Amino acid sequence: MIRVALKSLLGRKVRLLMSTFAIVLGVAFVTGTFMFTDTLNRSFTAIFASSVGDVVVSPVEPQRGGPTAVTIPASVVEDLAAVEGAARADGNVTSIGTFVVDPDGKVVGGQGAPGLAANYTDAPAGQGLEGLRIVTGEVPEGIDEVALDEATAERAGYAVGDVVSLVTSGARATLSPTLVGLVGYGEGGGLNGATLTVFDTATAQELYLDGQDAYSDVWVTAAEGVSQEDLRDAVAAEVPASYSVLTGDEAAEENASALLEAISFITTFLLVFAGVALVVGSFLIVNTFSILVAQRSRELALLRALGASRRQVTRSVLLEAFVLGLVGSTLGLGLGMVLAQGIRALFANFGLDMSGTPMVLAPRTVLAAYAVGVVVTVVAAYLPARRSARIEPVQALRDDIAMPEGSIHRRMLVGSALIVVGAAAMATGLLADVPQPVWWVGLGILAVLLGVSAASPVISRPFLAMAAAGYRRAFGTVGTLAGENARRNPRRTTATASALMIGLALVTTMTILGRSAGASVDQTIEENFSGDVVVSNAVGVPFSPQVANALEGDPAVGSVTRVRFAQLEVEGETRFGIGIDPGSVTDVVTLEMVDGDIAGLGPGEVLLAEDEADESGLGVGDEVVIAMPTGEQRLEVVGVYVPTPFAAAPFMVAVETLREGGYPDEDNSLFLTRATPDGQEALITAARDATTDIPLISVKDQEGYAEEQRAPIDQLLLLIYGLLGLALVIAVLGIVNTLALSVIERTREVGLLRAVGLSRAQLRRMIGLESVVIAVLGTLLGVVMGIVFGLALLSAFADEGLEAVVVPYGQLLGFVVAAVVVGVLAALLPARRAARLDVLQAIATE
Amino acid sequence: MTEAPVPAPSPADERPVAARVRDLTKTYGEGEARVVALDAVSVDLFAGEFTAVMGPSGSGKSTLMHCAAALDSADSGTVVVGGTELGRLKDKELTRLRRDTLGFVFQAFNLVPTLTAEENILLPLSIAGRKPDREWYDGVVAAVGLGDRLGHRPNQLSGGQQQRVAVARALVGRPTIVFADEPTGNLDSRSGAEVLGLLRRSVDEFGQTVVMVTHDPLAAAHTDRVVFLADGRVVDELRDPTAEAILERMTAFDAREPRP
Repeated sequence: MIRVALKSLLGRKVRLLMSTFAIVLGVAFVTGTFMFTDTLNRSFTAIFASSVGDVVVSPVEPQRGGPTAVTIPASVVEDLAAVEGAARADGNVTSIGTFVVDPDGKVVGGQGAPGLAANYTDAPAGQGLEGLRIVTGEVPEGIDEVALDEATAERAGYAVGDVVSLVTSGARATLSPTLVGLVGYGEGGGLNGATLTVFDTATAQELYLDGQDAYSDVWVTAAEGVSQEDLRDAVAAEVPASYSVLTGDEAAEENASALLEAISFITTFLLVFAGVALVVGSFLIVNTFSILVAQRSRELALLRALGASRRQVTRSVLLEAFVLGLVGSTLGLGLGMVLAQGIRALFANFGLDMSGTPMVLAPRTVLAAYAVGVVVTVVAAYLPARRSARIEPVQALRDDIAMPEGSIHRRMLVGSALIVVGAAAMATGLLADVPQPVWWVGLGILAVLLGVSAASPVISRPFLAMAAAGYRRAFGTVGTLAGENARRNPRRTTATASALMIGLALVTTMTILGRSAGASVDQTIEENFSGDVVVSNAVGVPFSPQVANALEGDPAVGSVTRVRFAQLEVEGETRFGIGIDPGSVTDVVTLEMVDGDIAGLGPGEVLLAEDEADESGLGVGDEVVIAMPTGEQRLEVVGVYVPTPFAAAPFMVAVETLREGGYPDEDNSLFLTRATPDGQEALITAARDATTDIPLISVKDQEGYAEEQRAPIDQLLLLIYGLLGLALVIAVLGIVNTLALSVIERTREVGLLRAVGLSRAQLRRMIGLESVVIAVLGTLLGVVMGIVFGLALLSAFADEGLEAVVVPYGQLLGFVVAAVVVGVLAALLPARRAARLDVLQAIATE
Repeated sequence: MTEAPVPAPSPADERPVAARVRDLTKTYGEGEARVVALDAVSVDLFAGEFTAVMGPSGSGKSTLMHCAAALDSADSGTVVVGGTELGRLKDKELTRLRRDTLGFVFQAFNLVPTLTAEENILLPLSIAGRKPDREWYDGVVAAVGLGDRLGHRPNQLSGGQQQRVAVARALVGRPTIVFADEPTGNLDSRSGAEVLGLLRRSVDEFGQTVVMVTHDPLAAAHTDRVVFLADGRVVDELRDPTAEAILERMTAFDAREPRP
C-alpha cells in the first residue's frame, strides 16, 4: 500500500505542488516569524548586556517608567566608589530625544528609532564586559565636540572632523558640534538602529540636567572576586531607600523584557497571518485531495476489490498527505528564512536595524515548521481520505463512479451550529467582561467563517442558480454549459470560493475598520480642534521647549498651548497623563466639562476624565495620590471632563505640575492660534521659522494635522492588505487548481464538445465563465461577511472613540469587479490546457 | 495467396460522393513499434447511403473514420468532404466543419451530462448560434421517439435512449455526413436495433448520408454497403449485405489472415 501511495504521489507532481504552495506559505510565515523574533531577542539581549554595569543605581523605581529629570547627586558617586567590594563607580548622564541630522537635513534613523545621548565614561559594563569605547578619534570635550556611534556616523555620512547637526529635546534645541570620535561597544553589539550621541560629562549635564552636577544613574563595578549580588546588597545599604539598586543581570533582563513585550505584538500579528494562510490553504488541500480521490475512485475500488481494507485505503491517502506535508514544510522552512530577512529589512525601514545580528534558526522553529505543515496537511486530507474508504469494491466494475458524498443537510446543520457558536463567541468577546477578549472574537470569527463555508453549498444555491440563468441569457450555450458546470458539484465550487471568502472577509473587515478609524480622526479633529496650526512629530517624539518660548513672543502667534504626555503611577498601576497650558487650552481644543472648570487648573490640582471619575468614585474636591519621579503627590480634583481623542488620558494636569514632578522639560506638541483672523499665512511662516533647524518636527494646519494622524492607520491598512494579499493568492491558486482538476476530470466531455463543434475560443470562454462564478461567489460571501464583522466590531468599539461608521461601498464594489478579473485570469491556464486537448484522445480516454 | 483486388469504382457507382478518400496513409510510433494504421486507402462514401466500415480490431477502421470525420489527421493522402479538402484546414475551420457539416455518434459518452436531452440535441446548432429548422427538428424528434423525455438529463435516460438522443443531435443540423463509431457497442440487442433502425430511417426518409464503424455483422446488415478493412487496406466491399453474407466474408478473411 505504501508503494501505491508513493507512486500515485509521483504521478501527480504538478498538481500536488500547487496545493503544497499553500502549506509552503503558511509554514514560511511561521518560520519567518519565529526566526525574526529570535533574532530580535538575541540582538537586544546583546545590547542590554553591554549597556549595564555590575550594579545599576537609579534614582527611581524603573517601573515608574518613562524619562525622568530626577537625578543622583555627584557626591553619591564618590560614596559608592568607596563601598566595600566596589572597584569603581561611574555616573552616567543619559537622555532620549537627541537626533542626528544628516547633511541633507533628514533625521538619521527616521521617525521610529530612539535618539540616545550620553556622557562619555570608560566604565566597564557588567561581568567584566567592555563598555562604551572610542573606536577612532578621541574623547569629545566641551559643547563644540561630539562623538557618534559608528553606524550612525556612517549612515549620516559624517567623518571625524565634520560639523554635525543635532536636534535635542534639551535646553538647546539645536547644536552644531564637530565630530571628534566614533564610539562602539566592546562586545560588538549594534544599537539596532538607534543613534547614540556622546558628550563629555560636564556638557551632558549642562544639556540634559540643567547644569546640575548630578547623574541619571550610576554604575558600580565589582572588585575582583565580588559577586553582583553581594555588591548590590552593599550598595543598597548606602543609598536612600527610594533609589533602585539592581544587579547588571537584573537590569538587562528588565530592560530587555520590557522592550520585547512592547514589540511582542509583532509576533502575534505575524502568527495571525500565518494562521489565516494555513486555514485558507487547508481548503485548497481538502479540495485537491477530494478531486484526486474522486479521479482515482476506480483505482481505489480496484484496490478494495483486490482485498485492501478500508483502513489501508484511508491510510494510503493519508500517507500521501503526510509526504506532501513534509515536502511543503521543507520548502516553507526555506522560504521562511528568506521571509525573515524580508521582515528584518522592513523593520530596518522603520528604524529597527538589526543587520549586526546574524539570523537565529532555533530548533524550535524547525520543529514548529514541520509540525504545522504536516499536521495541517494530514488533517485537511483526512475527510477526503475517509470518504475514499467508503468506495465499494463492486464499483471497480462500473462505468461511472460517483464518490460517496456526505449529506448536504448534515453540512448545513454543522455549518449553522458553527455560525451560532462563532457569533456567540464574538458577542462574548465584544460585550462581556472576559479574559483575552481578542481570542474570543478571533476564534468566533474563524468559527463563523468555517460555518459559512460548511453551509455554503446550500447558502450559495440561489446565487449559483441566478448565475446560471444570467449566463444562459447573456452567453447562450457556452453560458449554459459554464453555469451548469459551476452548479454540478456545489461542494467543490463553494469550497474553492470559501478560500477566497476568508481572505476577502478579513480584507473587508479591515477596510471598514480602517476607513472608519480614519473618518473618526477627521471627525474628532473637526469637532474638537479649533487651533490653527500644530507643531509636532508624527510619533510624539518630544522636542525642546525652546520652540514654544520662541513662538510665545512672536507677534503672528495668538496663543501657544503646550501638550506633554507622561506616564503616571496611580495605585501601583501605570496610567497616562496629559499636561497642558490651562490658560490657553480652550482656545484650541473643545473640552466639555462635566463638573468644575479648566481655567483654574493650577499646581497641586488635577482634572479627571469622566470614565475615570465614575470608576474611582472621585469627584471635585477629592484627592488623588499620583506617584511621579520626584515622589508621591497629592493632587486635588478640580474638574471632570468628557474624554475626547485630544484628551484621551484619564488625568490632566498643568505643564508646570509635570515639570515639578520630575518629568523632563520637553514638549510633545504645540497648538497655536493666529493673532489676527487673516493671519494664518503669517502664523505658518512664524512656526516654520521657529522650527526650521529641527527636521524632527513639522508644522501643519488643521487639514495637514488630520492627515498626519490618519497616516499610521493607512500604513497599517496597507501592511494588512499586503499580508492578506498572500491569503488571496493562495485562494486564487485554489481556483486554478480546482479548474485544472475539473478539466482533467471532464476530459471526455471536453472532447465531445470539441467534436460537435465547440471552438477553442468558446471552450476557453466556458471555463473562464465558470471561474468567474467561483471568484464572484467567494468575493460576495467575503464582502458580506466582512461588512457584518466590520459593523459588529465598530459597534463594540463605539465607546473608544471609533464613532464614525464608514462602509466604503465603492471600494467593496471594486473588490467584486476585481474578482471578475481574477476569475478570468485564474481560468487562463486551465482553459489553455483544455483547449489544447487533442479531440481524439479526449474521446478515446478511458 | 493473392491479395484481394482493391475494388475500383464501377460505372454503376456514379452517384454523388459525400466524402472522397484518396491514398490515405497513417502510421503510429517509430522503428520497431511502428504500426501502419492506414496504408494508402482510397474509398468513396456515397451520398444518401448507409455505409458500414468493418474489419477486425487493428484493421484501421476507426482511424479511417476519425480521419474522414476531421477528428484526426493523416500522414499523407487526401480527404474531401462536401467539396472541402480537410488537410488544408486549420483548427478553427475544422471546428466549423465538424459543427456545420458533420454529425457524430460515439460508442459511449455522447451527451453533456449537465444539459437536458433537448439541449443536447440542439447543442451543435446553439454553439453555432443557429436557429433550428422547426419542421426538421420536429421530424427528427418524432423519429427518435423520445416524446416526453426531452426535458430529462442524460443520467435519467437509458443507454438506448441516450444513443437515440445522440443520433438526433447528429441529424438535427442536416450534416453532409453522419459518422457513427460503434453506436450500438454498449447496448443490448433491442436498444441497438432501435438505434440502427433510426439511422436506417434517416437515410431512407431524410436522404441522410451515414457512415458507421462496427464489428457486428448484424449491425452492418442494416446498411447499403459494407467496406472491409484489414491491415490498413480496403480489402473488399459488399452491396446490400445480409448478416450471413458479411459473416461469410469475415470468416473468409480470418481464415486467410489468421491473427495472432
